[in-house]
Amino acid sequence: MSPTITTSSEANGNVSVATARAAASAAASAEAAGPQLVTMAKALNTALSDAMHADSSVLVFGEDVGMLGGVFRITDGLTATFGEQRCFDTPLAESGIVGMAVGMAINGMRPVIEMQFDAFAYPAFEQIISHVAKMHNRTKGAVKLPLVIRIPYGGGIGGVEHHCDSSEAYYAHTAGLKVYTPATVADGYTMLREAIDSDDPVIFMEPKKMYWTKDTVDLADLRSQHKANAAAGTSSEGRAAVARPGTDATLIAYGPSVPTALAAAEAAALEGRSLEVIDVRSIVPFDDETVSASVRKTGRAVVIAEAHGFASVSSEIVARVQERCFHHLAAPIRRVTGFDVPYPAPKLEHYYLPGVDRILDAVDDLQWEN
Amino acid sequence: MTISANHTAQDQDRTAAVEDALTEAVTKFGITAEDYMLPARHQIEMVDPDGRLKSRAEQGAEPGHEYPVPGDDELLAAYEHLVVGRRVNDQNSALVRQGRMAVYPSSHGQEACQVAAALCLSKSDWMFPTYRDAVAVMTRGVDPVQVMTIFRGDWHSGYDPLQHNVGIQCTPLTTQLLHGVGVAHAAKLRGEDTVVLAMCGDGATSEGDFHEALNFAAVFHLPVIFFVQNNKYAISVPLAHQSVAPSLAHKAVGYGMAGERVDGNDVVALLAVLDRAVKLAREGSGPLLVEANTYRMQAHTNADDDTRYRESSEVAEWRAKDPVNRMRAYLTDRGLLDDDGEVRIREHAEAVASQLREGLSEDVPVEPQELFRHVFARQTPQLKEQSALLADELARDAAAQNSADQEAGK
Repeated sequence: MSPTITTSSEANGNVSVATARAAASAAASAEAAGPQLVTMAKALNTALSDAMHADSSVLVFGEDVGMLGGVFRITDGLTATFGEQRCFDTPLAESGIVGMAVGMAINGMRPVIEMQFDAFAYPAFEQIISHVAKMHNRTKGAVKLPLVIRIPYGGGIGGVEHHCDSSEAYYAHTAGLKVYTPATVADGYTMLREAIDSDDPVIFMEPKKMYWTKDTVDLADLRSQHKANAAAGTSSEGRAAVARPGTDATLIAYGPSVPTALAAAEAAALEGRSLEVIDVRSIVPFDDETVSASVRKTGRAVVIAEAHGFASVSSEIVARVQERCFHHLAAPIRRVTGFDVPYPAPKLEHYYLPGVDRILDAVDDLQWEN
Repeated sequence: MTISANHTAQDQDRTAAVEDALTEAVTKFGITAEDYMLPARHQIEMVDPDGRLKSRAEQGAEPGHEYPVPGDDELLAAYEHLVVGRRVNDQNSALVRQGRMAVYPSSHGQEACQVAAALCLSKSDWMFPTYRDAVAVMTRGVDPVQVMTIFRGDWHSGYDPLQHNVGIQCTPLTTQLLHGVGVAHAAKLRGEDTVVLAMCGDGATSEGDFHEALNFAAVFHLPVIFFVQNNKYAISVPLAHQSVAPSLAHKAVGYGMAGERVDGNDVVALLAVLDRAVKLAREGSGPLLVEANTYRMQAHTNADDDTRYRESSEVAEWRAKDPVNRMRAYLTDRGLLDDDGEVRIREHAEAVASQLREGLSEDVPVEPQELFRHVFARQTPQLKEQSALLADELARDAAAQNSADQEAGK
């Protein structure tokens, strides 16, 4: 990328890239060494910041992402560090944000844009479905669209109407989009870096109830691992993870449902049942291999997701596992999902969300007598 | 506290930047900011339907809205493109009737807009066309057969946008305006002086993305020219059902940008207005909106029946304002075009038409595996599986055919 961005931002009196680099490397060195308790929000923020340092074509924009740092503070400090030209607020228009990002990606940039909430991304639907997903295909690969659309999704935060949708199925159903969703703090960093590196458009679904989840991670270590993987041309794209090994049944979950599945596995262990938990990580592409290997081993599976069950990612997973593991199954695959009702008001959401008890009931139902 | 303080500082910067741009306009043209943004009281027109150059007083010019007549070379080149464009429109419609193309939304009657939209831009500029702008894309230098691939049915687009700086022809309305805004924004961040011309029709101005694109371009002060071809119909729905604004060019002032309207069948006026718009945008005046007042002479596509919604007398009125005849009369009258010149230009147009006939009659073999090749830059395991499934189907079909042939041979 040409260095003119530095020049023009200096001309406009913004923080120059050079100054920003110095400030950020100071910040990075101020980052405590070794494993620390880090929130997912911090991991995502660090990923954005690192990606912007690594490549001046990475731009961040959306609603309130500038001086405010985003309503969830995921873009905190980026405008101060990189200047208004590289992290900026747009007018309130989601289709405009996505459409402009398409044009910027056509013209050499790698935009990382924020949709403020799941249900507020819907005005951008046409741009995403008709252009983001199809541009590479329509141009026979001549145009690549390396853009990331970050969408905070899911419930469990007592949010008001239109703030808690699980909208992943709309995107996963659309050919040409990759759909990632991290469920750990470390993946918040690594998967966002990989999404930004990807030459394909990525819908990056962030489980908003996990933004303040803390875990002990070594950011410097994640950073150097990412660097090594990028240099080697390897990434974790399309790979599910075994979040907890087990032998009796497999719980398949993604995003905000992974911690719930882990809690269920913990409870089941107390009852003497060993449950394996698979964190899907990448909905598209889907890791059939890891998921099927686990189910073939255990012979039983429950798929867990917050989204409505009907015509959903969870139904896709059941279909795929059934096709691949039929002769290894001791019982029909069960699902624990949100009910097929509009996302409920805060006082009702705990009835709606998949919880440990509902998961354990489903596990109990897996024909253990056979 | 910090946040609000910073916001105020930013707002002040922004307001100052917009005021600077307006002050510049006011100083440059000696008019008020409102007069700069509002279109002139009359549309800009230079050559009348009979091919006579209008007097300065009749051209619609006003202080700050003054347009010099483009040079003779530019006009002669434009005329050649007009003749070629007309021939291409009519050739393509014929190819549709012969079943060689699925559909062709013709710009017959709008060739002046098509030609001017392409000629006002430099090579490094960008154009974002709609489905009806094939002639503009071709005039920009894209191979005619590649342009028509979208209508031939073997792929959704036939040219490389990055090779020509032309977006692929867009079927959803006004979504491409935002792509133009993004291209301009990226170029501006890199310090390049790229201008983007983004096209849409009158009906499309009702779409939400029209509003979002104009507002984004204005707020980010980007060098984008929104070129609205007001051809009076959105399939069957007339302009009066889309907007009751004084003109579509008046929409500009609501976004804080300059608007102008121009006779869309007068390529002289179109080039004058668009050339200046490109110059202003390149100099940093921000986006502009140009409305070309033209007419869709034929039905929406071959699948449409325009007798259901408009009178043939209305079409006849516009036939008298034909952009090609008008330009021929003007150039001949001025002694710039003689019979030899006309013959040469017609031969050029025939050559392009014959290129289209050959290119589109060619039975291009489709490659089934291409279905999977361009979905992602990095292929997914699922698509690899599906690609193998189709390959296996085809191999079995071929084998069955082979053994059937052999049996028949016995």
